[in-house]
Amino acid sequence: MTTAVRSSSVELRDIHVSFGTLEVLKGVNLKVEKGRTTCIIGPSGSGKSTLLRCVNRLQEPDSGDLLLGGESVISSDPDALRQRVGMVFQHFNLFGHRSVLDNITLPLRSVRKLGKEEAAEIAHARLAEVGLADKAPYRPSALSGGQQQRVAIARALAMEPEVMLFDEATSALDPELVKGVLTLMAGLAERGLTLLVVTHEMGFARGVADEVAFMDDGKIVEQGAPEAIFDAPRSERLQRFLSQVL
Amino acid sequence: MDDFLNTFLNWEYIWEVFPDLLGTGLLNTLILSVFSALIGTVLGMLLATMGLSSKAWLRWPARVYTDIFRGLPAILTILVIGQGGGILIPSLSRNPYPLGILALSLIAAAYIGEIFRAGIQSVEKGQMEASRALGMSYTKAMTLVVIPQGVRRVLPALVNQFIALVKDSSLVYFLGFLAEQRDLFRIGQDLAANTGNLSPLVAAGAVYLVITVPLTHLVNYIDKKLRTGRKVRVDDEGGETELLNAGKVPMS
Repeated sequence: MTTAVRSSSVELRDIHVSFGTLEVLKGVNLKVEKGRTTCIIGPSGSGKSTLLRCVNRLQEPDSGDLLLGGESVISSDPDALRQRVGMVFQHFNLFGHRSVLDNITLPLRSVRKLGKEEAAEIAHARLAEVGLADKAPYRPSALSGGQQQRVAIARALAMEPEVMLFDEATSALDPELVKGVLTLMAGLAERGLTLLVVTHEMGFARGVADEVAFMDDGKIVEQGAPEAIFDAPRSERLQRFLSQVL
Repeated sequence: MDDFLNTFLNWEYIWEVFPDLLGTGLLNTLILSVFSALIGTVLGMLLATMGLSSKAWLRWPARVYTDIFRGLPAILTILVIGQGGGILIPSLSRNPYPLGILALSLIAAAYIGEIFRAGIQSVEKGQMEASRALGMSYTKAMTLVVIPQGVRRVLPALVNQFIALVKDSSLVYFLGFLAEQRDLFRIGQDLAANTGNLSPLVAAGAVYLVITVPLTHLVNYIDKKLRTGRKVRVDDEGGETELLNAGKVPMS
């Protein structure tokens, strides 16, 4: 894990999202400084994933602003934005019809227009970083969940994102496979990549995050350093949530 | 028993019809079905992607087309296009062969479009999302990620449709092609009508089976391969990696 990273701050301003009559995000403000890690915690249905998806505009907000490296990208070309913001999903979403290697080279070649050899070189390097150099020729289905998620992380990293989003990246994994993925994510935080992490892993939030945001009912209810959130929760809702998950 | 053999398996008539069946009939049946399979597949893919579009002005024409061509008897469509086309374009009235291929293609497109649509829709939403999240455009995500996986899943249904096409190509009978344009059924039927004996039709049927039976086995083979290809398990931490059913694919 030695590659230099170019990271950026990311900021959401007064984000509103509704699905029909259901208001999912009710004016959310959140800033992650360059090179920092923020974890978003909260009960199911609180809007965590929707908020995360606003950052790469897989979900277009109804109103509000989105800033990457201090510049508004809310109405720029979404495909260009997404090249700068990597995302890792709960269910990995590897391309099942392609080999592990091709999963990484496909976006490099089709989006970044790299040549075949250059793309393969990057892919092999990234696979080595996540400890899966020997899996390059296999289909994703031949890998365990933990390995698949590490490939998904390698695939996102190969695009050299300035910000990485993790949407419950370990929720679909068997318990014994969670640790390897979390260790990898902690390594990225250490390297200075800007991370925004939706997670149920409170140990990770406490140990790795610079800041933790607690969401409930479409709003950020409480936000602060992990110690403040976990050891001295102020709001009654956060206290209740922590008593249920810890 | 002799009556039975004479009616269905009169070797004299079978020998008489066989050279025409293999020389002219097989060739024309193959031309009709292969061309309409190709055109139908291309049009079907177009219909499927239109039908899945978020834009209503693309979705609706595809829907209406599919409803019409799937809802009409094939013989009616073939007659209307085959004879109607000749009236509109007089140069085709003496040789409706291309119109026969066109009619078969248009019908096939409606069915193949629905097969593709079902296949593409069966691909998990996460595949599109992951592609978009990596910066691919909708078109790239569809052509590089979603469609290849969707098509793979419906290959058995697609081959079944090709089998139906081989059989339905006999319906151009009603367009009255020239002698050298006759397909398997027409050649069998012509001699059957002349002789009052069904043996030529039985012979034509045998040739159809030579085409369709291998195709049905191809369906079963693909189907089986698609099913077993998923049973793959590996332990997580490298080391003793066990591949029960090698998911290894050749490096490109």
